[in-house]
Amino acid sequence: MGETSINFAKASSAALQDQQLRGNFRRAMDGLMSKRAVQFADTAEWNGVRTLGASVRLRALSKLPELLEKLEANCTKNGIQVHWASTTDEANAIVLSIMQRVNAKLVVKGKSMVSEEMHLNAFLEKHGIESLESDLGEYIVQLDEAMPSHIIMPAIHMNTKQIAHLFKQKIKEAEYTEDVAQLTDLARRVLRKKFATADVGISGVNMAVAETGTLCLVENEGNGRMSTTVPPVHIAVMGLEKVVEKLEDVPPVISLLTRSATAQPITTYVNMISSPRKEGEKDGPNEIHLVILDNGRSGIYADEELRNTLRCIRCGACMNHCPVYTKVGGHAYQAPYPGPIGSILMPQVEGLEKRGELPHACTMCNACVEICPVKIPIVEIMGRLRSEAVHPGDAVRGAGSHASKAEAMVWKGWSMTYASPLAYQFATALLAKLGNAAPASLPLLKEWTNVRAKPRFANRTLHALAREKGIPDV
Amino acid sequence: MSHDGTTSRPDIERPESVYFFGTCLVDLFYPEAGMAGMELLKAQGVRVVFPQGQSCCGQPAYNSGYREEALKVARAQLDYFPGDWPIVVPSGSCAGMMSKHWPDLFKGEPDEARARQVASRVWELTQFLVQVLKVKFEDQGPPVKITWHASCHAQREMGVTDEPKALLRQLANVELVELQREKECCGFGGTFAVRHPEISAAMVGDKVADIENTGAKAVVSGDCGCLMNISGALEGGKKPVRGVHIAQFLKERTHG
Repeated sequence: MGETSINFAKASSAALQDQQLRGNFRRAMDGLMSKRAVQFADTAEWNGVRTLGASVRLRALSKLPELLEKLEANCTKNGIQVHWASTTDEANAIVLSIMQRVNAKLVVKGKSMVSEEMHLNAFLEKHGIESLESDLGEYIVQLDEAMPSHIIMPAIHMNTKQIAHLFKQKIKEAEYTEDVAQLTDLARRVLRKKFATADVGISGVNMAVAETGTLCLVENEGNGRMSTTVPPVHIAVMGLEKVVEKLEDVPPVISLLTRSATAQPITTYVNMISSPRKEGEKDGPNEIHLVILDNGRSGIYADEELRNTLRCIRCGACMNHCPVYTKVGGHAYQAPYPGPIGSILMPQVEGLEKRGELPHACTMCNACVEICPVKIPIVEIMGRLRSEAVHPGDAVRGAGSHASKAEAMVWKGWSMTYASPLAYQFATALLAKLGNAAPASLPLLKEWTNVRAKPRFANRTLHALAREKGIPDV
Repeated sequence: MSHDGTTSRPDIERPESVYFFGTCLVDLFYPEAGMAGMELLKAQGVRVVFPQGQSCCGQPAYNSGYREEALKVARAQLDYFPGDWPIVVPSGSCAGMMSKHWPDLFKGEPDEARARQVASRVWELTQFLVQVLKVKFEDQGPPVKITWHASCHAQREMGVTDEPKALLRQLANVELVELQREKECCGFGGTFAVRHPEISAAMVGDKVADIENTGAKAVVSGDCGCLMNISGALEGGKKPVRGVHIAQFLKERTHG
């Protein structure tokens, strides 16, 4: 992975020009927010289940190394082969070696954000293996040769019309239709054929249960079940934080996940995968592999505050509620994980040199914190990363890489002035007298006045007025 | 009430005196809102003290990643609020910085306990008017339609959601029309507005459209950062809607 900085500002600027895109996101996110609110209308219940969910995740993280070992032992006992990957390159190599051993040519995939993190499709293609997304949204995005714009609804940036055109253009047998049922049916027909002939199925993991060696997978289309049961080999990929301790930890987390993500009390399919096909069983894969990916997560784990990033259950609700994400859409982040969680996760995974701008893609409005089902202090971590970006240190890769002498000087000057009553009153009195003479073309003021009137300094400061009106000082 | 339905903070006795922390934005751009805030308090029979040594809560530097610099400025405030009186702030954002973030900012510092003590006495103005002073306003103004912009930090850091609207609803001739997306950020975000001017412009554009849809003649808010952003965009777009701080609006309607 290169260390060149990803330009969020430039990409978001392009996105903002696209009125169609802005409309698509505004409508979709408004809908998702109001549906979610209905699911959690009972405030006491929300507080209760949220506290429970957060405590499940916190407990799991508090003994993560132990639980991962337990998970490996119990999976192995169940016949699931466990592989460890410290980097995405290692994870890709593990997947490829399994494929090559079974001479796989065609892979069907259920939805998996970790596989996006690995850029697995492109990697497999390079090695002559066709990798087909079977989640409808992912399938649409793959046909469009694009990236997912949302972790739950990958094609949420597109409307029906755009999808209708895409299908007509990319699927041989397609006739143009804007009927959603017909479009879905078309994709289903294409995918069904592939399920029957695929050599390997790949899936993600929503949660892995340490005490039973079980992989949980929630989905609505049945494609996850097909991908994990029809092909003779199933490979599941997961980030190492996805483990929970006990089976009884699963229900509250699933409830929070599905209600937060898609406003469903439960998804249509909940898969609990505990072993490959046993003797005498009529279905299921002959082999199951679990690839557990680190990719910077153990570094995040090492810092007590940053560790909270790993609580995430990938519901995507922070995106739906983020006023920045809602405006610019997911692609502007140029990352598998966009929105608030992406803005704190990506800089930690890929380093601040490359992703140091993302913690600033946030007004610190706390809308995400308010609805996060596992209470991740997203904005606090955002602030911490802003600080890490401009101060050399060893907690986060690339700490200090965004340090600017000029900016540091400005804040130093600011703090010297604002920490001294004399200097402060002198400076503010001066601004009250002369501030309005500043031309709108000055840096910062120029950005401000693009769409706004110039802010006007008052003739007299509050300090001066209070003195004049005889308001006591002590 | 805060967003999760819990009572925001325990009640306190009605004090004889309060401190007023004006905030740096009010100081430079909206001193009339600060004066109005103090007059509203005085009109309730409370003695108001405005320490002349105060400047800023430190939030601009804190949110920009310059915590040492923020700490220096925050620390300079501690000396000026020695009495055991509540500290009333006409801004949910600055109040949030002091009461929620100062404890983190001062963590491990020799004056941590003192900072926590000061932080624990901080009240957002409308919260203080409603919860502690239990004000009752009599409207003296002509009929007018207004809307309310909720500041993110007032709502989500100070747990102030219903208080300001309850105050506005006391005014008989004021029709309050709520925004469709009342809880959505206006796009100010401190340095965000100049770091990401285009996104900020899109955000405030949505806010302005929402305000216009209500048909209100004025948008009232409790935070001068939001006001500077929203009023600036209204004025820049030549919209005939006035942005006004809630303290000033209440003062105007009730003549203090």
